[in-house]
Amino acid sequence: MKDFRYLEDVATLVLDEQKCIGCSLCTEVCPQAVFEMIENKARIVDFNACMECGACVSNCPADAISVSPGVG
Amino acid sequence: MKILPMDTKSENPGRDPFQKKGPGLSTSNVQIMPAMNMQGLSCATEEIRPLAAYDKPGYALCNYVDHFMETGAGPVPVIRPDLDKRDRLSTIAVRCGIRRHKYLVSPGLYGIGSPDPDSEVLVTANYKLTFDHLRSALGGISAWILVLDTNGVNVWCAAGKKTFSTRELVNRIQAVSLKQVVTHKRVIVPQLGATGVSPRQVKTQSGFRVVYGPVRACDIPVFLNNGRKADKSMRQVSFTLFERFVLTPVELHGALKMAGITALALFVLSGIGPGIFSFHEAWERGLVSLAALVTGLISGAILTPVLLPFIPSKKFAFKGILTGSVCTLLLLPVIYPGIGSMAGAAALFIFSVMVSSHLAMNFTGATPFTSPSGVEKEMKQYLPVQLAGVLVSAGLWIYSAF
Repeated sequence: MKDFRYLEDVATLVLDEQKCIGCSLCTEVCPQAVFEMIENKARIVDFNACMECGACVSNCPADAISVSPGVG
Repeated sequence: MKILPMDTKSENPGRDPFQKKGPGLSTSNVQIMPAMNMQGLSCATEEIRPLAAYDKPGYALCNYVDHFMETGAGPVPVIRPDLDKRDRLSTIAVRCGIRRHKYLVSPGLYGIGSPDPDSEVLVTANYKLTFDHLRSALGGISAWILVLDTNGVNVWCAAGKKTFSTRELVNRIQAVSLKQVVTHKRVIVPQLGATGVSPRQVKTQSGFRVVYGPVRACDIPVFLNNGRKADKSMRQVSFTLFERFVLTPVELHGALKMAGITALALFVLSGIGPGIFSFHEAWERGLVSLAALVTGLISGAILTPVLLPFIPSKKFAFKGILTGSVCTLLLLPVIYPGIGSMAGAAALFIFSVMVSSHLAMNFTGATPFTSPSGVEKEMKQYLPVQLAGVLVSAGLWIYSAF
């Protein structure tokens, strides 16, 4: 969401671009448009929009994404 | 008029007024008036109810069920897309926090419109508010609705807590014998359910392919018309003024218990003074401090959420401080005659602002864009400030009485 921004540089989102198989499911499930497909690979284009919901993690077939928030 | 207890005992069959009773009319705990014993008069209606065939002792038909239809997996309730008065009143109550934790529908398979074996299967949660929201968006559409058991919690929160999950989806597909109802192998899961679902595992365990629908139910008709394709705007969450506003009654409701305890403490603190304790002062000064508490509540639980994007700063706790300061500065001139000293005014100002800050921070949990890591960082920073602020204001408030 471009209108609402929360604290920066706090998200625990990590994308291993080596593991990405280019299925683009992360771009589909992310509710904050954090990912974009660039040259058939997922890239994080809006890191600070990540709210650590974990949708990308449970949907990535290549286990290329991780999010590890604390107790919240 | 004298009211006689109902007499339906078998030794007196001639007086049984319910001989011609209609279907679904319960005779338990019913009292009747003597006039009803007159011949030719009957209080029972003879109208035909199409759903009477589904009456079962101990069960009640839900108001949103229109009829039942036979499928390969037995009868399935077909629901109406329109909400009636009861649904709307319950929505308002639940939005205010009343009976919010037991507002649910039975998990299982439902139909809407005139679904056939080719119709889509829309998966949802068994929170009645979610269920109502979905069906009211499906006017004119024929589909199956597969309701998962999420303990009456909405899709996104349930997915986060993993009750809206791969396991529940797979189990529910099997429990309702979905393979006997539809000929295709496709379920449409709301996008916000993605947190709890692994499409690969659903496919291997149930044979059904997960297709992610749009975030908002209102986009489903367009999504289906576009060949199950959602555009970018349908894939992103929003947080409009109205969406923020409807959350505020629950925020207030959640704060009420703590506010009650705080109010009691305020009255006690307000009584402390030169004469050790004065009930008169407890009441007089207590009412003044209560005004500060209420101002903090309104500022933190209503104004800050509603005005969220217009208040500077990214930190909710600081947003609460800003809004609280403005509100309290407006309040102070009104209640200053009841305070009587600068120390007292400072005490109430700090107190009100801290209440506002805390409640505003609490609202992070209701927004669709705050990360738990960010909230943790903010809490570590501002909880000590809020606690210290409240202690300082309590000290100042007692000091101001002397």
